[in-house]
Amino acid sequence: MREELLAIIEKNSRIDLKDVAKMLGKEEIDIVNELASLEKEGVICGYHTLIDWEKTSIEKVTALIEVRVTPQRGQGFDKIAERIYNYPEVRSVYLISGGYDLLVIIEEKTLREISNFVSDKLSTLDSVLSTATHFILKKYKDHGTILTKKHDDEREIITP
Amino acid sequence: MTKELSNKVINIKPSGIRKFFDIVSEMEDVISLGVGEPDFDTPWHIRDEGIYALEKGRTFYTSNSGLKDLRIEISNYIKRTQNIDYNPDNEIIVTIGGSEAIDIGLRSLVNDGDEVIIPQPSYVSYEPCTILANAKPVIINLKAENEFRLKPNELLNAITDKTKLLILPYPNNPTGAIMEKKDLEDIAQIIKEKDIYVMSDEIYSELSYKEKHVSIASISSMKERTILINGFSKSYAMTGWRLGYACAPKEIIKQMTKIHQFAIMCAPTTSQYAAVEALKNGDKDVEEMKRAYNQRRRFLIQSFKDLNIECFEPYGAFYVFPCIKEFNMTSEEFATRLLEEEKVAAIPGSAFGKSGEYHLRISYAYSLESLKIAMARFKKFVDRLRANM
Repeated sequence: MREELLAIIEKNSRIDLKDVAKMLGKEEIDIVNELASLEKEGVICGYHTLIDWEKTSIEKVTALIEVRVTPQRGQGFDKIAERIYNYPEVRSVYLISGGYDLLVIIEEKTLREISNFVSDKLSTLDSVLSTATHFILKKYKDHGTILTKKHDDEREIITP
Repeated sequence: MTKELSNKVINIKPSGIRKFFDIVSEMEDVISLGVGEPDFDTPWHIRDEGIYALEKGRTFYTSNSGLKDLRIEISNYIKRTQNIDYNPDNEIIVTIGGSEAIDIGLRSLVNDGDEVIIPQPSYVSYEPCTILANAKPVIINLKAENEFRLKPNELLNAITDKTKLLILPYPNNPTGAIMEKKDLEDIAQIIKEKDIYVMSDEIYSELSYKEKHVSIASISSMKERTILINGFSKSYAMTGWRLGYACAPKEIIKQMTKIHQFAIMCAPTTSQYAAVEALKNGDKDVEEMKRAYNQRRRFLIQSFKDLNIECFEPYGAFYVFPCIKEFNMTSEEFATRLLEEEKVAAIPGSAFGKSGEYHLRISYAYSLESLKIAMARFKKFVDRLRANM
């Protein structure tokens, strides 16, 4: 039930737990308890909302930054990753296999703020060897959800 | 023109669903629970393969019985799911949906006056196709107290000297009933003793929630007397591609192929290429869709339980089949009023045979949000009815 519950909640964290209980053939209290322990164990780390900011008047710029770093003795990449993820403007940090080491996703109000972050903060870190910044121009799909179109039910109303 | 049209056809009643459809299509804001097809889109990799086939100009006829690659994949699929061996060269035919397979299967098996046993409630085409094949439908009225499974004594009582075949529609549309291995073994015993054929319509085989679906053809000495019908519509959400198939002994497939050859030529080529991809790489999609259906199934069963409406637990397809007898209305009256008063469309059980009376076919091929709204309206309707009783 864990995996199924997580899959449901990952898609829609606002779903009524009564409904979840019905869907999984359990009592509501079982679901509440299971969620509580998932939160406690840190499996569930938060409940976020997927927003298409482009549809608002609020300006936001997102950039993906490829970062090559020198791993530090005894700590590998963790120490440098920590120095980066502690910046609040950093949304995500991933350790990546291949041509570079860390993928940093950052969100700011303007292009300038992002370039300031990269030139002043990120590239000046001791272990950072190089960075490559890619600005996101348009989000088509995010977290498995297609942002650009609504899905209508085009089926006939009644079929055998 | 003064010359009469075919009496045989004139005398066939149009599907009861059609009548209902005409009322629904006039109305606005209807929330429908009346659809007999998946709400999922065909998985993208399958659609992509269809597009690729078009781009490559694969727009010719295929061989009458279907692309060899597809027949091989079907053979592999039946082997891995049912452990039955069908020779792709002469024991498999690709058809336009399961519906065509039903039609040409019947026409290949029966002579004038032969009897075809049809358990009901069941899909709307068995009876008319039997009549069109000049055979006589013998209806078994399945019982709610048996969860609409076919019982050995019911079958025995229906068999006569003229019985040619039994149609076995499980997992069942509209009831959601299944036949488990034990049920099938009991039935198979009789079929062998009485020496009749079986047409096993397994179009919903992948949507079986209790245990993996078992085909009657997998029971010993049954393959030789079974036409196994399946297709891509329900399991891979491919209804509009119109693609199904039949597996049977080669003598039967040979006859079916003749009708298919002259009436159809071959199933749509694009769909066949897409179907190869479905069988090769679609198992994961099937699992995911099945999981979603199962969640909705549980949701609906519990919702009906909360409403105190009698509803046996269906383990197959994507339908629940609640009983509405307590309201002293026929299922058609009930469904019509539900539609007019609450704008919820559900199909009267009587559209699937007399024994479907006093039931509704509720499809859960809808998003949970739609099901929730529909059930809220359903509750309002039922509360009102009960208050006035």
